[in-house]
Amino acid sequence: MFHLALRMLLGDRAKYLMLVGGLTFSALLMTQQNAVFQGLLSWTTSHMRNMRAPIWVVEGRVQQVNETKALRDTDVNRVRSVTGVDFAMPLFQGVLKARATDGSEKLIQMIGLHAGTLFGRPARMLSGNIEQLRVANAVVIDELAAERLGRAPAPGQAPRPLAVGDVFEINDREARVVGLCRTERHFFGYPYVFSTYDQALQFAPRQRKMLSMILASPRPGVPAEVAAAHIEAETGLKAYTVPEFERSTLDWIWKNTGIPASFMTTILLGFIVGVAIAGQTFYSFVLENLRNLGALKAMGASNGLLSAMLLLQAFTVGLVGYGIGLGLTALFGLAVSQGGQPPFLLQPAAVLRTLVAILIICFLAALLGIRKVAKLEPAIVFRG
Amino acid sequence: MPDAIQLSHVSKAFGSGDARTLALKDATFSAALGELHLVVGPSGCGKTTLLSVAAGTLAWDEGDVTVLGTRLNDLPQPKVTAFRRRHIGFIFQQFNLIPTLDLVENVSVPLLLNGRPRREAEERSAALLQRLGLGGRERKRPTQLSGGQQQRVAIARALVHEPPLLIADEPTSALDRETGHQIMEILSTAARSPNRCVVIVTHDPRTYAYADRLTEMEDGRIAGVHQGQVLQNFIASHH
Ligand SMILES: Nc1ncnc2c1ncn2[C@@H]1O[C@H](COP(=O)(O)OP(=O)(O)OP(=O)(O)O)[C@@H](O)[C@H]1O
Ligand SMILES: [Mg+2]
Repeated sequence: MFHLALRMLLGDRAKYLMLVGGLTFSALLMTQQNAVFQGLLSWTTSHMRNMRAPIWVVEGRVQQVNETKALRDTDVNRVRSVTGVDFAMPLFQGVLKARATDGSEKLIQMIGLHAGTLFGRPARMLSGNIEQLRVANAVVIDELAAERLGRAPAPGQAPRPLAVGDVFEINDREARVVGLCRTERHFFGYPYVFSTYDQALQFAPRQRKMLSMILASPRPGVPAEVAAAHIEAETGLKAYTVPEFERSTLDWIWKNTGIPASFMTTILLGFIVGVAIAGQTFYSFVLENLRNLGALKAMGASNGLLSAMLLLQAFTVGLVGYGIGLGLTALFGLAVSQGGQPPFLLQPAAVLRTLVAILIICFLAALLGIRKVAKLEPAIVFRG
Repeated sequence: MPDAIQLSHVSKAFGSGDARTLALKDATFSAALGELHLVVGPSGCGKTTLLSVAAGTLAWDEGDVTVLGTRLNDLPQPKVTAFRRRHIGFIFQQFNLIPTLDLVENVSVPLLLNGRPRREAEERSAALLQRLGLGGRERKRPTQLSGGQQQRVAIARALVHEPPLLIADEPTSALDRETGHQIMEILSTAARSPNRCVVIVTHDPRTYAYADRLTEMEDGRIAGVHQGQVLQNFIASHH
C-alpha cells in the first residue's frame, strides 16, 4: 500500500510542490541562518585562534576577548613571577586609523607583539619574514589589510593589494610592509596589522596605560588552568585559559548583544513557517482525500495503516524539502566562502538539528491528518 | 440456503434531542449466499443505514448482527476492520475510485490490504479488468473513463479478493439505463459464480427484475420481503 500512498501524494502535483517548496524554504531558513550565526559566533573568538596563547591575562572586569581594559606595565613582571608560569609577554591591541595608498582612511586592528619573542605571531606567513618586524616602522599585514589598503594602478582598475616593501600610514606615521600573513577574520571585521609592542605604542595615540593584555604560557607539565588559577590568586588579575575565555566570550555575546536573539527569531520563524505551510497544505491534502481514505477504511484499511501512509507522505515531502534546502544552503556557503562575508559555518550538529526540526514539522502536519482519519466513519463513503 | 447476513431487531438513531432521527427501528433482515438481494424504499427510509450496519462500517444501538457466521456485536473495532477487509467487497454510488491511481492500482487495493504481494495483486487486477471488458485501459486514470466504465472498475475492485459478500449502494443511479443494465448483469453473475451474497440498495425500479429476493423498507422499518411470485407481482406493480 505504501507505493500507492506515494503515488497519491505525487499525483497531486500542486500540493506536492507546495509542500516541498514550503519545507525547502523552512529548511533553508533554518540551516542558512544557523550557519551564519555559528560563523559569526566563531568570529567572536577568532582573535584567540590568531594569537595562539594558552593563557590570557586581562583586567579583572574583562569578560570577552574582543574587549580591552588597559593594565599597568608592571603587571607583566608580576605575572612572570607567578609559580607555574613559564613566560608572559605584553600585548598591545587597538583599533587605529590607517591611510591607504589611495589616500582613503581605513580602520585596522593593530597588534603589538613582544619584540624579543614575537609571541602571538601569526601562524601562517604568506610572504616576507616576521623577524623583520624588529626593524623600525615595520609591520606584517594580513590579506584583508593588503586588499583594503591597496590602490588601483589606474582609475577604474581593480586595486592592487599591498605587498612586501610597500609603505602606508598609520596615524600619520609611516609603516613599511615586511610580511604578508593569513589570519582568521576578526569579530570587528578590521584587518590585522602586526608590529612589535614598542612600535605599536608609537603608532597608537599616547595614553596613560597602554598594555592591553598579557599572553602567558604555563611551565611544561603544569596544566593551563592551574597556572591561570595561580595568576589570579597572586596578582588579582583575571587569567583565562583558551576554553574558559571562549566560553566567557560566547556567554557575553549571548547576554549582552541582540545577535543570538535576532538569529533565533529568524530560525524560529523558519520553523513556524514550515509548520504553517506544511500543516495547512497537508491537512487540506488529507481533507481532499477524505473520501478516498474513507473508502480505504471501509475496505478494511486499519487506522494504523492509514496513519503510516500519512506519515510516509509527510516524511517524504519533508526529506525532499530538507534535501533541497540543505543543498541551497551549501550553495550559499560555497558562494560566500569566496568573499568571506557573511560568516558561514555549517556544523554537522546544526544539519542534524534542522533534519529533526523538519521531521517534527512533518510529524505535526501528519498528526492533524491522523486525528482526522482516526475519527473518520467509514460509512461516510455511502453518503452522496 | 445459509444466511450471509442476519440482522435481528436492530435499531439505530442519529443525533440527540430534537435532532434525533431513528434511522432503523427494530429492523430484522436476512440475506443468503447465492442470492442477489435488493433493498428498496423511499429516500430517507434507512436503506443506507441498514447496509452500513450489515457491512460493519457503522455502529448500531440495539439488536444482533451476524455476518457470515460471525457475530459482529462481540467483535472489537480492529477485528471488524479485519473482517471487512477479508470478507466484504464494496461498491459505492459515487464509485469512489482514487483519481491519482490508475485502474490496476485502484483494483489491487483489497489484495494489497490483505497482504498479497504487489506483483500478484497487479496481475490479478489486470486479469479481472480484462474480463470486465476494460482490457488495454489498465494504466488509465479513472477520470479518463465513462461512468459505466468507472463502475465496472469499482466492481472489479469489489470482487478482486473474491469476497463472499458484496455490498452495493445505488450502483446504477449515476448511470444511464443501458449501462445500468450492464452493471446489474455483472452483479447478478457475481452472485452465482461462485456462491456469493450480493446486497444492493436501489431506488431504481428497472433493477428490480434482477432480484432473487427483495426487501422493502419504510421509515426505518422492514415493510416486506418478497420473492417468487409475490416478487414478480411487486415488480409488475412498479413498472
Ligand atoms: N450521519 C447521519 N447523521 C444524522 N442523520 C443521519 C445520518 N445518516 C442518516 N441519517 C438520517 O437517517 C435516516 C435514514 O438515512 P439513510 O441514509 O439510511 O436513508 P436512505 O434510505 O439510504 O436514503 P436515500 O435513498 O436518500 O439514500 C435519514 O432521515 C437520514 O437523514
Ligand atoms: Mg442511501
